[in-house]
Amino acid sequence: MVDAAIGEDAIARPRRAVRRRGLRNALKRKSTTAFLLTLPLILLIALLVVYPALYSVHLATLNKSMQRFVGFGNFEFLFKRDTFWLVVKQSCIFAVTAVVFKALIGFIVAHFVHNIPAKGQRKWRGMLLVPWVIPPAMSTLAWLWLFDPSYSAFNYTLAFFGIGPIPWTGDAAWARFSVILVNVWYGAPFFMIMYLASLKSVPDQLYEAAAIDGANWWQRIWYVTLPMMRNIIAITTLFSLIVTFANFDIVRILTAGGPLDKTHIFATWAFRVGIEGSDIPLGASVSLFMVPILAVAAIFILRDVNKRGNES
Amino acid sequence: MAEVSLRKVVKRYDDVEAVRGIDLDIADHEFVVLVGPSGCGKSTTLRMIAGLEDISDGDISIGGDVVNDVPPKDRDIAMVFQNYALYPHMTVAENMSFGLRLKHYPKAEIKSRVAEAARMLDIADLVDRKPKQLSGGQRQRVAMGRAIVRNPKVFLFDEPLSNLDAKLRVQMRIEIKKVHQKVRTTTVYVTHDQVEAMTLADRVVVMNKGRIEQIGTPTELYHNPATRFVAGFIGSPAMNFVPCRLEEANGRLYIRLTDRISFPLPPARAARYQSVSRNDRLLLGIRPEHITETRPHAEPGIEPFEAMLDVTEPMGMETLVYFSLNETPVCGRVSPNAGARDGSPLRMAMDLNNMHLLNEASGLVI
Amino acid sequence: MSTMTVDKAGPTRNVKYGSMSRDRAWALRWSYFFLTLFAIFSLVPPLYMLITSLKGSAEISAATNPWWVFHPTLENYIGLLTSNQFLRFFFNSAMVSIVVVIITMLISIPAAFALSRMKFWGSATLATGVFLTYLIPDSLLFIPLFKMFALIGDVTGIQLINRWYVLLFIYPTLTVPFCTWIMIGYFASIPKELDEAAIIDGASWLQTLTRIFIPVALPGLIAATIFAFTVSWAQFLYPLVFTTSADQLVLPVGIVTTLIKGDVFNWGQIMTGALLGAAPPLIIYAFLMDYYIAGLTAGATKG
Repeated sequence: MVDAAIGEDAIARPRRAVRRRGLRNALKRKSTTAFLLTLPLILLIALLVVYPALYSVHLATLNKSMQRFVGFGNFEFLFKRDTFWLVVKQSCIFAVTAVVFKALIGFIVAHFVHNIPAKGQRKWRGMLLVPWVIPPAMSTLAWLWLFDPSYSAFNYTLAFFGIGPIPWTGDAAWARFSVILVNVWYGAPFFMIMYLASLKSVPDQLYEAAAIDGANWWQRIWYVTLPMMRNIIAITTLFSLIVTFANFDIVRILTAGGPLDKTHIFATWAFRVGIEGSDIPLGASVSLFMVPILAVAAIFILRDVNKRGNES
Repeated sequence: MAEVSLRKVVKRYDDVEAVRGIDLDIADHEFVVLVGPSGCGKSTTLRMIAGLEDISDGDISIGGDVVNDVPPKDRDIAMVFQNYALYPHMTVAENMSFGLRLKHYPKAEIKSRVAEAARMLDIADLVDRKPKQLSGGQRQRVAMGRAIVRNPKVFLFDEPLSNLDAKLRVQMRIEIKKVHQKVRTTTVYVTHDQVEAMTLADRVVVMNKGRIEQIGTPTELYHNPATRFVAGFIGSPAMNFVPCRLEEANGRLYIRLTDRISFPLPPARAARYQSVSRNDRLLLGIRPEHITETRPHAEPGIEPFEAMLDVTEPMGMETLVYFSLNETPVCGRVSPNAGARDGSPLRMAMDLNNMHLLNEASGLVI
Repeated sequence: MSTMTVDKAGPTRNVKYGSMSRDRAWALRWSYFFLTLFAIFSLVPPLYMLITSLKGSAEISAATNPWWVFHPTLENYIGLLTSNQFLRFFFNSAMVSIVVVIITMLISIPAAFALSRMKFWGSATLATGVFLTYLIPDSLLFIPLFKMFALIGDVTGIQLINRWYVLLFIYPTLTVPFCTWIMIGYFASIPKELDEAAIIDGASWLQTLTRIFIPVALPGLIAATIFAFTVSWAQFLYPLVFTTSADQLVLPVGIVTTLIKGDVFNWGQIMTGALLGAAPPLIIYAFLMDYYIAGLTAGATKG
């Protein structure tokens, strides 16, 4: 009896040791595989996103010929220039106004699409999303042509109503309006699609329950639709804020920052200064000013996305 | 075909022990059901046999070989999952043959095996459909077919019927039993449903809190439960447990339930409980079918008593009656003609020949 | 008379129903009215591209109604499609976009598989990092990236600036994070039992990926592919910064920089070029709208 027990133990022990080694190997193999599968991704992010981001900070501390360390010299220089403050102001106005109108129009259009019989929705949705599908550089060219000082098709039409001619891109105020208009045209369909998807996910029973409780149309939107869509509205708006704030294509093609820098935003001015003006450190400094606002928006998005993940 | 054995198997997640040292021997051709409430470790045990979870301690062997380090694909097992886990992009035939194709079986053999399994499961006309086009019961059959074509050493079933409605569940239960009778493959089956366990198993393993409470044939577990947990878990409606004491008067052993109710124990029982301390807090375990209406002829060990009924549930062929003894709710099964009515008293009889006596502190059946 | 009094409740209720359905009909009419307005607003620029592209240069500078084509001509199309330069832009764009799609998939799919199924040290952080990377806009990185590649040219002698293939290194920074992110989502929605079933059936990790995950997540894969292609095709800032010689340009930059010569705008050709440049994404959209929209809504895309 005792012998047998010892014998069993003696056999079991080496076997267990073997298993432990096998297990550890298996675990190691699994995480090695996982690491190898993600390695290209890690390299891409490290070499082409993280490194350039840090390099940008380094560049921002150099002088124009990039041979001398100037510390905050570039920033001090920027703070003293009126154009810089103009760019800050314009970027904020541009981003906030455009996003607000995109969000509003997207919300309204999504409701109209949701309102019509399901059979026709696909067709309307298909047409309304076209602005988002066309590369913005291409569609902005069409807008540029529609805004043409001498041959503007808009002005031709408005002349019938005795309006105009409007200097769409020639006058500072109108140029800002035009830039925002094109951005809203391009971005509103995205909001529409996001809202529409989220509208479809609100269960009908909620509306029926609200209707039985005596809620009118407006109350149903305020107490049912908006709270249910709160999260998607927040995420979409923050996303749009980042992308609109960092926009380049539309302003570059439509006005190239003109007239008299009155439509420059961070991206276009950084391009003008850094690439066209060959002052890379100053250009890098300008783009870096986008970081704080982008970071704030990103943190909020991350929080909401995680929240959404936890809910589901 | 093979036997499966577990030796002191332990599963730890961080510092929680999900399975706390299990010893189990499953014979060749045997159908063993692991049953217990959710979180008792039954699924974890099954997944360890499958190799989907590595074991923290102990040994698992299949067909005599220790398989602790053997990856699932080399253990020669097949598994049927609760949600079927059919590959949605493959047809029924492709689903069933996937494992064989991965092992590069000859085409003709694959074809004949799939046809054979499909015929056995009565899904021969569905082999070209996608899982999406099948009903729940049909999907379950395909999942079983996928296991059968592999002709493995062991079948593992992880709650395969819980996603089906009650009627289909009964039907598929019979189907599984038939398949097992035909292929005779060693089977380990996990469920939380004690009826499934009782009807399917050669042997039932009742698990609770990561340990095995009792192993036995369905009848053994029903008539001779070892613990309060097993006694309460097996059988529906569940066994009643009434606090009681043993008393001795006039040289006979009595069991006292309330101030007014105390029954003399039948001689066989009395002999068995003679040594139990009179001061122990005890529980009388008695199944509802042993609390019935009084019969005209008094039989030894069947003791009459009267109780005020709280609720009655007419089931058709019988009526379930609920009343309290010593503030403990008790259920009995009486004939529909016994005149049981909510809120009125009824004379009933308790069959003490089928009683169990449990130690309240240890939860063990004496 | 008497029947009318008896049925009094009936008609009033009917009237109420009638007014409700009338309200509904009006709501519907207003919906269609506003949808038409918005659709016109959405479609005017692309339609105007088409209208202009069909006009000769004389008609473009004439004072006639700009919204109508009086003398349709294909001269702009013929001019562009026989111009080696324009075909070169088109070829560069197609080449860059297709290769970038392939690179993106080769990086994203394995990474998404590992991140959604194999928990390893730092995997959660990496997933968050991928998402954050996706939020970093091109206008933040173009200057340091330009300087980096210029330096690589100076140090190693491998000249990448002003070569179209430099974009193959740059574009994945825009496409890979998003595609990885949505593939993680699609992979994560595949039930765990499915890969367990595959493992028990004897599949290796690689076989599980290629024979189960990729086919099952095919809709997500298509959505990601569409995204990668359209983003690469539409990208404007990076090629504007990195390429300057006419034979290295991609379509959007090519049209903007070569068709606009000083103050001379050849609007007929510009609009034709823009329309041809917009055509590939529009065609993909027309045929794969559902996948396009699925990709858009899956990851809360850029807006």
